[in-house]
Amino acid sequence: MKNAAYPYQFQPAKVRSELIRMLPISLFVVAFGAAFGLAAVQEGLGPIESLLMSTLVFAGASQFAAIDMWGAEVSVIPVMVVVFAINSRHLLMGASLYPMLKDVTPAKRYGILLLLTDANWAVSAQEYQSGRRNLEVILGGGLVLWLAWIVGTWLGVYFGGLLQDPKSLGMDMVLGCFLLAMALGGKKNPRVLVAWTLAAVASLAAWKWLPANTHVVAGALAGGVVGYFWLEKKPEEEPAEGAST
Amino acid sequence: MTIETTTGGVLVLILIMTLVTLATRFGGVFIMSFVRISPRIESFINTMASSVLIAIIVPMAFGGDAGALAALAVTAVVMLTLKKPLPAIAAGILAAALVRYSLQSNLL
Repeated sequence: MKNAAYPYQFQPAKVRSELIRMLPISLFVVAFGAAFGLAAVQEGLGPIESLLMSTLVFAGASQFAAIDMWGAEVSVIPVMVVVFAINSRHLLMGASLYPMLKDVTPAKRYGILLLLTDANWAVSAQEYQSGRRNLEVILGGGLVLWLAWIVGTWLGVYFGGLLQDPKSLGMDMVLGCFLLAMALGGKKNPRVLVAWTLAAVASLAAWKWLPANTHVVAGALAGGVVGYFWLEKKPEEEPAEGAST
Repeated sequence: MTIETTTGGVLVLILIMTLVTLATRFGGVFIMSFVRISPRIESFINTMASSVLIAIIVPMAFGGDAGALAALAVTAVVMLTLKKPLPAIAAGILAAALVRYSLQSNLL
């Protein structure tokens, strides 16, 4: 029975409403994308190449880092290392969605992971903490964020010269503020606060003393260790999973 | 190993970046499909999830300028009082812009 193995049902209406919900933040992603498009052509990428990179890679911070290493020749291994290091947070983000993703077919599972990015993941992960299962935001939200990133890149490539300094408008802080709002909107209890403290200390230590771009993974794993050893007491929700294993 | 940034070379570079990024998007879920989700593992990934956010934000605050700090502080205060993300984010961005504007005009 297919439905028994993969009980998660996508609701098309919810995909659409999540798409609309992520529209405001997508407008900021357009501005980010424009900054990338401008930087890319300034570093010597062609318009089509810049657009192709945004379309296929769809990971802003790593794209900025890669074009920073651009020149007449590009060393492959350093680019791969930097891209992997910056994007390694996806490994943990994906893993954290696994309890929901295991309930959809592998094709859908890996299909929607193509659209996994910070903003839609943050919404889904925080809702999961509050007991709501929301993969629709990964799909709908991811689509609108992806399109915004491509449109933004296109604008930056062709009209980047008209762009005001995005930093003076605070645009570089959009994602940081968004992620902070998501974190503070989630569940807060002593266990979470201890995990956050350890995550903060570990990420700062890694940021100072470990190789560049390892701080997110270091901090997240440190926070996870707190959860591993400090289990939350579930009042009555004793999972009756004996049959499934 | 280096690749020349001719048209073909750039395409290869973009493809390499795509595959590396795809490996990070798929990898965590792929590995988890071999792990039995015990309550302990579930608890690990749940605390890890919100710790990802903290691990992104805290170094951003420490490494950022006054505008970045103002943005994050204002977002935190508005979020904790109103509990609505959009006003919190908007206020944070506005704070960054205002702080940077006032610092710049003082320096000039």
